[in-house]
Amino acid sequence: MIRDTTLGAKLWAVAVWSLVGFFVINLLAMIATVVTSSFATRWLGTWLPLGWTTRWYTSAWNEFQLWDVLIVTFQVVGLVVLISGALGVTAAYALARRDFAGKRLLVLLFLLPLLIPPITFGIPLATVLYQTGLAGTFWGVVVANLVPTVPFVILVMIPFIEQIDPKVEAAARVFGANTFKLFIHVLLPLLLPGILAALLLVLVRTIAMFELTFLVAGPTSQTLVVALYYAVFAAGVRAVQSIDAMAVVYMATTLVWLVIALRFVNPTQIVTRAKQQPAH
Amino acid sequence: MEALAPTTRVEHGPSLRQRLAAKGFDAVTLLAVPAAIFSLLLFVYPFAFGFVLSFEPKNGGWLANYQRFFSDSYLYDTIANTLWLSVPVTLLNLLLAVPVSFRVRLMRRQRLLTTILVLPITLGTVLVAEGLLNYLGPQGWFNRTLVTFGILDQPMRLVHNYWGVFASLVITGFPFTFLLTLSYVTGIDPALEQAAATLGASAWQRFLHVYLPLLMPGFAITFCLSFVQAFSVFPSAVLLGEPAGSTRVISIAAYQAAFEEYDYSMASAVAMIMGFVQLAIVVLVLASRGLFYRGPASGAKG
Repeated sequence: MIRDTTLGAKLWAVAVWSLVGFFVINLLAMIATVVTSSFATRWLGTWLPLGWTTRWYTSAWNEFQLWDVLIVTFQVVGLVVLISGALGVTAAYALARRDFAGKRLLVLLFLLPLLIPPITFGIPLATVLYQTGLAGTFWGVVVANLVPTVPFVILVMIPFIEQIDPKVEAAARVFGANTFKLFIHVLLPLLLPGILAALLLVLVRTIAMFELTFLVAGPTSQTLVVALYYAVFAAGVRAVQSIDAMAVVYMATTLVWLVIALRFVNPTQIVTRAKQQPAH
Repeated sequence: MEALAPTTRVEHGPSLRQRLAAKGFDAVTLLAVPAAIFSLLLFVYPFAFGFVLSFEPKNGGWLANYQRFFSDSYLYDTIANTLWLSVPVTLLNLLLAVPVSFRVRLMRRQRLLTTILVLPITLGTVLVAEGLLNYLGPQGWFNRTLVTFGILDQPMRLVHNYWGVFASLVITGFPFTFLLTLSYVTGIDPALEQAAATLGASAWQRFLHVYLPLLMPGFAITFCLSFVQAFSVFPSAVLLGEPAGSTRVISIAAYQAAFEEYDYSMASAVAMIMGFVQLAIVVLVLASRGLFYRGPASGAKG
């Protein structure tokens, strides 16, 4: 790699790093504001709150029925992960192993829900779901969240399956494995790291998926992020600290899974999908 | 696998199953069917349904929704409002992301930085909006710091206006743009730059004459993806902006039509217009991509 040593290049490097520093400091300070506020007794017009308390967590827990919301969130996320895994991995296997007419069209069909923002296709989707009576129910939320996650799993898994040598499968066939045995004893162990990575990313994305859940959720099928939106939207009804406590609960649920996911995937994969696959 | 299937009937000509298998259609291909049906039912069908529905207005002729949208300034202004937010934000994010990714590509340990930058993307726009409400507010740490250092006399008004939404789009959009740009920049073979440096090109010349032409297609795609994200801004425009004024974006108009007026036909029309504007900008940007070099530049790294 070339290193420039002129004064201009050094100044430029300093400028670029200050920019990154400025961004990161503001980002972390924003998160710190939420956390500080959630533990504050009273925080008006000073650098730090006057006192510290944890009572906002109890009040947020009761006021926003966080226990019910968390249960719904994990049920939705769990089902979305399982179903998108089942639909996505099988389809990815077919697309990785076979070349057929219309394959490009099929890949485009799976690419579009990831490129088009959820709010654009969410409104027609919500309209259809309201007409079928699915919207407002628990299953409506699951179905809506599956629309971007199934293609996501497919596109993450295709390169991962492609790098597994088909000869391994052929060898298993020669030794008399049927399709089920082939899947359980050969494919699943080989694909597990990729499946795990893809599903963890689906999990993190689904917890944070606001638009689709917001458009189809009813009062009893809200996930945490939608409940948080309504709480902020109706700010003034509840104490600010109470909403912040809820935001901290939301951050904690997301970040726990993010930390687990980052043990298996490169952070850039969360954005650029299947650029680099871990070599296993 | 099908290759191992008995081929006893060859003398009668290949069976339908064999002919299909030769074209790549066999039991394995069928595994793609459930996901394809799912996407057709829940992605393509709703879009087609919404498209047709937008031409079946509650009252008036078949174009009434679109006529209403383009004759009511409260509605058609949303396009300008959204563009006025999303285009500058996307350009700024891309402009900042390029030098930063050129610097970061030289780093050995990028993981900490990329992890920090992934935070706002995973936390999502709702949380960023909620955090910025406090942080950028008149009593927040941001204004307080500026006043303490004497940069400002009075706290600036940064929330419930254009700049609040702008800030939230930078916080969530910059990491997204940066990580995409980084993957394009690291995909270019460093040998090309070394060759240019050997021939005496300065850093600026190497960027302008070697990297920029090679990266233009990647930048075009990054711009499109970031723009489409910014154009569909919704929660932060409501929570951090003035949803009735300068940040009344097109997704708010679509949402209000659907869930406040219960006019799904009108809402579909607005969603179609939103999709169309996004498509128009994307096509425009990608079409200009053809003006630049397209070819191999990645060397060994794929």
